[in-house]
Amino acid sequence: MIPLIIYVVIFVVAFFVVTKVVQGAGLRDYTSLKTVTFGDESAVRPNRAAGVISILTIFLMWGIFTGSSLLPGFLHAPGPYEGTTTFTYTAQVEGQAPDDATVTVVVHPREVDTDAPEVDPGDGFARNDSAAIAQWRTGLINVARNDDISKADGNKVIAINGQKIAPGETVEVEGGAVTLSDKGTPNFEPTRGWQMEPLYLPSPEAVWVRSIEIAKEGFRNFTLLEHLGYSLFRVVVGFFFGALVGIPLGYAMGLSDWFRGWFDPIVEFMRPVPPLALIPLVIIWAGIGEAGKIILLFLAALWIMAIAARSGVSGVKISKVHAAYSLGASKWQIMRHVIVPNSLPEIFTGARVAMGVCWGTVVAAELVAAEQGAGMMIMTASKFQNTDIVIMGIILIGVIGFGIDMLMRWAERLLVPWKGKG
Amino acid sequence: MTGLSINNLSMRFDLPNGDHVQALQDVSLDLKAGELLSVLGPSGCGKTTLLNIVAGFLAPTAGELILNGHKVTGPDAERGMVFQQGALFEWMSVRENVGFGPSMKGTPKKDKDETVNHLLDVVGLQDFKEKAVYELSGGMQQRVALARCLANDPDVILMDEPLGALDALTREKMQSLVLKLWKETGKTIILITHSVEEALLLGERLIVMAPRPGRIHKEYRLPFADLGVDADLREVKKHPEFGPRREEILNMIWDMEEEIMGGKEDAA
Repeated sequence: MIPLIIYVVIFVVAFFVVTKVVQGAGLRDYTSLKTVTFGDESAVRPNRAAGVISILTIFLMWGIFTGSSLLPGFLHAPGPYEGTTTFTYTAQVEGQAPDDATVTVVVHPREVDTDAPEVDPGDGFARNDSAAIAQWRTGLINVARNDDISKADGNKVIAINGQKIAPGETVEVEGGAVTLSDKGTPNFEPTRGWQMEPLYLPSPEAVWVRSIEIAKEGFRNFTLLEHLGYSLFRVVVGFFFGALVGIPLGYAMGLSDWFRGWFDPIVEFMRPVPPLALIPLVIIWAGIGEAGKIILLFLAALWIMAIAARSGVSGVKISKVHAAYSLGASKWQIMRHVIVPNSLPEIFTGARVAMGVCWGTVVAAELVAAEQGAGMMIMTASKFQNTDIVIMGIILIGVIGFGIDMLMRWAERLLVPWKGKG
Repeated sequence: MTGLSINNLSMRFDLPNGDHVQALQDVSLDLKAGELLSVLGPSGCGKTTLLNIVAGFLAPTAGELILNGHKVTGPDAERGMVFQQGALFEWMSVRENVGFGPSMKGTPKKDKDETVNHLLDVVGLQDFKEKAVYELSGGMQQRVALARCLANDPDVILMDEPLGALDALTREKMQSLVLKLWKETGKTIILITHSVEEALLLGERLIVMAPRPGRIHKEYRLPFADLGVDADLREVKKHPEFGPRREEILNMIWDMEEEIMGGKEDAA
């Protein structure tokens, strides 16, 4: 809840600061002179400042709630308690005056092994105790263990820091809270603060350091580049074969009754089947090696490319075909000079979709079973609770997916400049 | 025997529900080489069907079509076609579009370039040679379409409302260009149009078609096209015969449209 409120506050404050203060004196172009912008889609362009602030905000939030060293300390959300705290407990044995004793608790970071400190036992039948508890963990402190009268003989804890307590109740103490267990043993829980435990969300710099480490030393017998390279290689090969078969198939379906009739049911049936649903069957047939993954990606790309090529052919304006015939073109020339170039924009759109689907499918397939690859990397890391590697993997998968799309768009602009101009 | 004879052409479309549409009924027409015929008529009178049959895109259900002594059975480079718009190849430059026909025939590059350059001069697009066609205005695109058609040196040029999508000023310039090309090249031209003025200005011969079934209603021989070759088209419109002719044909088409509308109301 609190992170959401902080996020919304940053959003609103940035909006007012940027639009009212900064851009008031900024760029003046044609669009800025439009008086009607609400409802005019062409007047809505992504605000660059908003984009930059948005990304910075994500890292800021990440840093705030992980106590990142990249941020000055005052920006951190309150962290977990660390240090030595004490509380007293009051023990009572029937027929005797109650006796107080002190418990000293050292709360330490998880990665630092710490022993319980030595303490002076003190006076009375209740003796002083000590314990070491890691941050984000809790610890039962068996206070009666060293007392002169054991629990079995009726030694009961009746108060913490002078406050009465019964089993199941909680008393706040410095640096945490003490709850009495059902059996009457105090359970100390150090204050967690608002930060995320590194096990769940490591700080940005921890992820960065781990990324460098993985890039240098590799992960599970393969370097980082090999993991990503394997995934990319599978996508490229699977897509290549998918396009190699799918495009001619789509052309045939667009040009011949018989092909259209024969393959329509197959294509229309296979298109809505998510490639992920084919993983089990492909593993049964082809195993978990390269062949299985490439077959899967081939199937993922095949239908998309076939449908793109088919609609590319169907999209040819009949007047263009007629014009070509009355200019003396043969069937083959019409194919080569009219139908193919006319369908290229559609095929490129299909290729972009297919590459995206293939990239998603390969990661998912590697999650299920693989020796190497981006998906295998994050799956294995998650099994060992290496959250930093998981986050690094997700970021890299996202960056590569985005890069593939950018590359396809660039190729499209370069190779089919007539897209949408017909 | 040169020229185009259309002999007793009929076209009947059978509809899936058992009905049929008689798009053309017994249409006969003889065109001498070098004649310019414009075709007018209300929508649904079969003028586009007629053009598609002449181009060879449709086979008539009865009758035949003889061009220069042989029967027309399919599309061929001897009959070039200029469409309303959208028939240029946007993946080719202006030069490649104009040179499309010669390229398909395998004309040597030197001859092809000569033809293309000459035609681009004629239609005034020499400076736009290397542009993509989608960078040109609508009027320029139709100039490219004309040049592309002429590059093949066809015997007959078929025009399906080629100027229909242009603004009034561009249209007037293009009408002059069509007349100029007609006189210079001596091609036989069939022009379909919705504009009575255009039909009068460009048609050396003019036929008005009537719908249901599609047939030739009336034929005219007009002097305006010959006058327009040398004179300003606005001057031609001041000719004493022009106004009355326009009124006569407009009324004729108007009556046909009324009849169609009336028929529809009866049916409802």
